[in-house]
Amino acid sequence: MTGTSPATGSARLQRLLALVPYVVSRKATGLAETAAAFGVSERELVDDLNLLWCVELRSPDPYCPIDLSYEGGEIVVSQAEQMDRPLRLAVDEASALLVALRMLAEIGAGGDALSRTIAKLEAAAGEAGAPSAQVAVQVDKIAQQTVLTQLQDALARGRLVHLSYYVHGRDETTERDVDPMRLLVVDGRTYLEGWCRRAEAVRLFRLDRILGLEVLGQPAEVPAEAEPKDVDQGLYRPAPEDLRIEIELAPLGRWVAENYPCEDVQDLGDGRLRVKLRTPDSRWVRRLALRLGEHGRVIAPADLATQVREDAAAALAQYA
Amino acid sequence: MSRRKTERLLGLVVCLLSSERYLTAIQIRAAVPGYPESFEAFKRMFERDKEELRELGIPLETGSNSALDEELGYRIPRQAYELPEIRLEPDEAAVLSLAARVWRQAELAGAAAGALLKLRAAGVDAEETPQPGIEPRLAGEPAFGPLWEAVRDRRPVTFAHRAAGRSEPQQRRLDPWGVVNRHGRWYVAGHDADRDAVRVFRLSRIEGPVRFTGPAGSVTVPEGTDVRETVREWDTQPSAQRTALLRVRGGAGQGIRRYATSVRPDGDGWDLVEAPFSDVGWYSEHLASFGRAVIVVEPADLREAVITQLKGALA
Repeated sequence: MTGTSPATGSARLQRLLALVPYVVSRKATGLAETAAAFGVSERELVDDLNLLWCVELRSPDPYCPIDLSYEGGEIVVSQAEQMDRPLRLAVDEASALLVALRMLAEIGAGGDALSRTIAKLEAAAGEAGAPSAQVAVQVDKIAQQTVLTQLQDALARGRLVHLSYYVHGRDETTERDVDPMRLLVVDGRTYLEGWCRRAEAVRLFRLDRILGLEVLGQPAEVPAEAEPKDVDQGLYRPAPEDLRIEIELAPLGRWVAENYPCEDVQDLGDGRLRVKLRTPDSRWVRRLALRLGEHGRVIAPADLATQVREDAAAALAQYA
Repeated sequence: MSRRKTERLLGLVVCLLSSERYLTAIQIRAAVPGYPESFEAFKRMFERDKEELRELGIPLETGSNSALDEELGYRIPRQAYELPEIRLEPDEAAVLSLAARVWRQAELAGAAAGALLKLRAAGVDAEETPQPGIEPRLAGEPAFGPLWEAVRDRRPVTFAHRAAGRSEPQQRRLDPWGVVNRHGRWYVAGHDADRDAVRVFRLSRIEGPVRFTGPAGSVTVPEGTDVRETVREWDTQPSAQRTALLRVRGGAGQGIRRYATSVRPDGDGWDLVEAPFSDVGWYSEHLASFGRAVIVVEPADLREAVITQLKGALA
């Protein structure tokens, strides 16, 4: 794939081209912080600096265009010829940032700084920024704007909030006090991450399932043991004690594999799938099975499959 | 890439950036260390080097210094090479770092990191450390990479797509106009060559590779096309509203009550709920998921659909 991620070899050349302007624009920089900024070890950085310093042109007269030193752990570039500015942004690079910035604007995060940043980046990217208009991210915003504003305010002022929260898996509305930690926007949905005083644990709350919200006068007190989720590992990670569920899906039930994180997806042919999921709460699976009807079948565990049939029978009996 | 090659390419970039005049291949070989003696071997290596520099986005120009020069030369104009001046305030740099993290698990992660590197090199202090507040992420999707390339380079594509409920995927040919993420799902919109009509495809339903079927620049996006709008229209349910009359068990069916237009007690701990719906198929599945917490009173087709749904789960 060209242009999306640089090959490992050219990554070094890109780093070398960025290194000189990085130092020049800051007059001087420390070895340690520069290595950290470029995501390399100090040894690799020193190797890069030596390579730059060794660049030699032989004609018409031999000369070394780059002169630098890193004595005492401080990098100083005393001569850099024409290399004191970084290379322009490539189309992919400009697009990655512009699409993300416009997505933040859609969420309503970042405020005034966001529009200023977009304008400056568009100007700096020039033509490379144009194709980014062909990629767009639209975020869910079903009547959550007030909730979002209230939560941003609670976060900014460090306040405890009270939530009336709809738990979809159990079809219940719950009341709870939450110490807000941050807002997450993952796959187009907005979540509040916070310390739930009822569960005494970090919980995620989907904003479109917050039925009522009150910002309380009390200050938020997020306990020291409250670890924010590493969102890069996925929002829902199975715990060892979670139930293992197996479901068979007909073509019209395939959306389950698209919408929920499956541990395993097996193609059974004719558009049928067998998926393995893990969940802490089987009530959610019972509701899913009723929604799937003939397009899905719980295979395991067996007692859950029995429960689904009982649920269906009890509901049907009401129509008799 | 070997160290020698990295050194040679770096030398080549510096050499071409330093000269305002076009340099011929011979002049370049004389100036940049690391090229082989044999002219044929040099030519081959130089061709590959030029290609590599262009892939990195380095504007390598070909031309001659005067009309009398027969041999073409090369140069890198500084103005085309350099990132224009950009100064960000601390709050702007913070927003930029946040934006760069959006792709962390998705296809443009490398591009976002590359952009950040260049902006830092331009003097912007964009930290990688997360700040409190808001943390947005986009999910990855295997078909995104090639489709984004196709959109960017205006190339037609072909891919196998399995429409909802189909047992077999179908091969589609598309002039892609844009890629849109709507409510967390990626879609590609464009002109379907076989249907001769505008079509939208969900990326997660594309199976196997996406192949280019034409050269760059061969797709024309009609003027005034708004791909967001195209996908929105395609994704929006018909708004023709019908009303369902439902008996809902007291305290239960919160997911139904949320969208109710009226709720009144109906005796024996049940409520009579009126709720709008448009699609019988979707709404009957939704209602079935509440099991014995809800009974459809009317309309009859919705009632029948829920019964069929429940029988399906019983079978």
